[in-house]
Amino acid sequence: MKFSDEFEARFTEMLTHYPTRRSALVPTLLYAQDEVGNLSDEVIAELAQRLDLTELEVRNVISYYSMLTTKPRGKYNVQVCTNIACMLRGGEELLGHCKKKLGIGHKGTTPDGLFSLEEVECIGACSWAPAAQVNYDFHENLTSAKMDQILDEYKKKGTQ
Amino acid sequence: MGIEVPSFCYYPGLSLQGACRMCVVKIEKMPKLQTACTTTVTEGMIVATDSDEVRQARKAMVELLLGNHPLDCPVCDAGGECELQDMTFSYGAAESKYMEAKNHKEEQQWSPVVYFDRPRCILCYRCVRVCGEGMDVWALGVQNRGVSSIIAPNESDHLDCEECGMCIDICPVGALTSGAYRYKTRPWEMNHVGTICTHCGDGCKTTLGVRRCDTGAEIVRGDNRDKSGINNDFLCVKGRYAFDFAHHKERLTEPLVRKNGKLTPATWEEAFELIGKRLREVRDQDGGSAIGVIGSNRTTNEENYLLSKFARSVLKTNNVDHHRTADYPALAAALHGKPGKTASMRDVLNAPAILLIGNDPTNQHPLLAWQIRTNVRLRRAKLYVINAAPIKLRRQAAGFALVPAGAETKAVAFLAGDDSMLDQFVSETVTREAWLALREKIRGEQNMVIAFGSELRGHDIEALVNFASSLTGAKLISLGDYANSRGASEMGLYPDLLPGYEPVASADKFQKEWDSLPAETGLSLPQMAEAAKAGKLKALYVVGSNPIGRLGIDPFVFSKSFVVVQDMFLTETANIADVVLPAANAYEKTGTYTNTCGDLQLVKKAGEVSNTKPDFEMIVRIADAMGSDVSGLVPFGSGTHSDMGQTRGAQSGEADRHAVWLEAHNLEPKMTPFDPMAILDEIQRVVSGYDVSRVNLLAGNDQHLEIAESGASSIQPPELIVPAHDDLFSSGTLGRYSKTLNSVFENKTAVPEVAAD
Repeated sequence: MKFSDEFEARFTEMLTHYPTRRSALVPTLLYAQDEVGNLSDEVIAELAQRLDLTELEVRNVISYYSMLTTKPRGKYNVQVCTNIACMLRGGEELLGHCKKKLGIGHKGTTPDGLFSLEEVECIGACSWAPAAQVNYDFHENLTSAKMDQILDEYKKKGTQ
Repeated sequence: MGIEVPSFCYYPGLSLQGACRMCVVKIEKMPKLQTACTTTVTEGMIVATDSDEVRQARKAMVELLLGNHPLDCPVCDAGGECELQDMTFSYGAAESKYMEAKNHKEEQQWSPVVYFDRPRCILCYRCVRVCGEGMDVWALGVQNRGVSSIIAPNESDHLDCEECGMCIDICPVGALTSGAYRYKTRPWEMNHVGTICTHCGDGCKTTLGVRRCDTGAEIVRGDNRDKSGINNDFLCVKGRYAFDFAHHKERLTEPLVRKNGKLTPATWEEAFELIGKRLREVRDQDGGSAIGVIGSNRTTNEENYLLSKFARSVLKTNNVDHHRTADYPALAAALHGKPGKTASMRDVLNAPAILLIGNDPTNQHPLLAWQIRTNVRLRRAKLYVINAAPIKLRRQAAGFALVPAGAETKAVAFLAGDDSMLDQFVSETVTREAWLALREKIRGEQNMVIAFGSELRGHDIEALVNFASSLTGAKLISLGDYANSRGASEMGLYPDLLPGYEPVASADKFQKEWDSLPAETGLSLPQMAEAAKAGKLKALYVVGSNPIGRLGIDPFVFSKSFVVVQDMFLTETANIADVVLPAANAYEKTGTYTNTCGDLQLVKKAGEVSNTKPDFEMIVRIADAMGSDVSGLVPFGSGTHSDMGQTRGAQSGEADRHAVWLEAHNLEPKMTPFDPMAILDEIQRVVSGYDVSRVNLLAGNDQHLEIAESGASSIQPPELIVPAHDDLFSSGTLGRYSKTLNSVFENKTAVPEVAAD
């Protein structure tokens, strides 16, 4: 399995951070997921081999972390927070709005593969609730209208 | 100390988990309850293991565990031997505050022998740890998080593993159950008999759960519940499941006599009469040397001794042999007069260093592999492996050297200081420097256990013993393949050796004991086949062995010989016999086994299949039918007084222990010539090294035998050793009749049901 040079550089560096190889698993998984989109069987086999783990061990770790996924996601992963601060400020309504707009539910992916939706716990943006995270970008003080605008922009970017 | 701290996740010898919170205790000056399993005891610490607070916490834990656990104990396979059930009984969390529905998941079958029922699982992770740390298989893991955590097999919906069943045995509840045993019986309906496994040469104690059935007593389960054996917790797939051959549909349950060319059912009397008459005729007309005797690697020491004695003193022949899988005589010869140089299986667990030359213990000696892994893991023993294949134990090795196939012997010479073949050994993986460094390290080890496979034979073993003698405290183990291969060796199933490796040529002791023995060395197994071909071997008596199926001997060479076979099945060898006697297996009789290390253990009768007989009884019956004086063969009737309880003393009221005591003090009269204990008396008196404590033996303890006092032995032709090449899922001819062994997909050699073709 072939990764980008950037991944390889990061991986090599990561190995120097820990006393044992296996410790590099979690960051490596995240980098691989960012690059491939999801942690496919192929990725799992490759990383298990590189870090001297069994595939089962790699799967165990993946299943523990909700940010890691083995199933393909949309290009943009929309993560709407419904934890207490966001909930009080309309986070649940915002999630409902996204569901309607994208036509998908929690952990769903649109047929065009552009968007995935996820209801998430606190993303640490309580001061600017309600908040959502699309891939690694934060969007704050959201309303339905603002959310529409954001999603449209991503759609435009994604279909260009 | 008698203080009990309850736990689910804690297990001796495995890493600490701190998952179940049952072992919480109150430690003074610590704010919260602490888990006893993970807290290191320090000076001056004051711990309350049982107080209202502690009890309350434990009760709450049980209540939480029961929150999702089905309360259908009456139909659970673990009911009656469930730790959660016991704990609920102790802490009384009988009522629940939960209204929520239980989270149900369907039961899964992970392999023919492993079933997993998620709702019953209490997530103690014992299975995960014993599979990974203990077995080095790592086939089980935990997926997801929190309340949705689940034990998962390595192949998503099934297991690809060694099928040892350790996970089932260690499971405190009924989450992991055995496909071979589940829903067959309730645990309290069984009798539990601790006996020795009949498969490989390691001598694990297996506890057989036995129940009455139409044909006698059926073995329904194998485990190691009493943990008193040399194997402690361990059993492999064979020890745990491969007892099922006993009720295979092809099991012979009546004697067969060849009539008009066909094997036809006959009565025992008819069969014995015919055998007695024919063997007597051959002996009296053609002489004893026209009779061949082949013994077994799975019959008891008593049977092997008796067979050896019967052959020599009744049949008057030294043509005695067995399927040899290791060169024990060479070890005896090399260690003659050098006491304390062999290691027991228990020694492997505690030795500071282990050198393994040849063999693949993971497959061929699973207990040895377990002992080595455990020792390396818990005591940081140094393991050095010299092998022609990258065997799995290299993962535990501090030093691993790959040698060309067949060059193990040269490696011994190298260790001893001969550098002439070093160049041949050097490869990309093991450089010259690495070899030299390995030798330095090995030479520096003290009290090392050296285990070697059948790659080393004859003079190679002598060379190894010489090398070992140059080290401080080194002890040896010779690895043979079957449950009583060592016993067969030590009881003299050789054409030139008598029990205790006494050469036939200088057997004054046995001349006296056994009365007039044939003086000439007999024929080995291949020589017997040759003699038969030449028409010189008129009769062949085979006890529990399948030389035609296993050693590739042409069946037609015996077409003119009178062949008698004692076996459980119509093997390739039984197929050509004139008389076949249905034998009981090692789980159906009493006696002793000597494992490959030389540890003597008691074999106890567990199962029973009616109308089969132990080989012991059959040998005696044949001797009787030949008109021989049976009391000369088996010293029975020697007990002089019976005891009605008056000598009981401190043991008063304990019937079983009393029986043990009586037998140990020879107060139990051996009233019948079928009593193997009568022969054991003779073995202990006559065979060097076997004079160990009878009380210990009868109490089920293993005792290491001293080989150094044996006879001078002699060097055997190395080509007579034919390794069985069994793996975890095969076991000679016997393994073909175990449904379970053939059902697991890991068994690459699985054969269809019809075995004797």
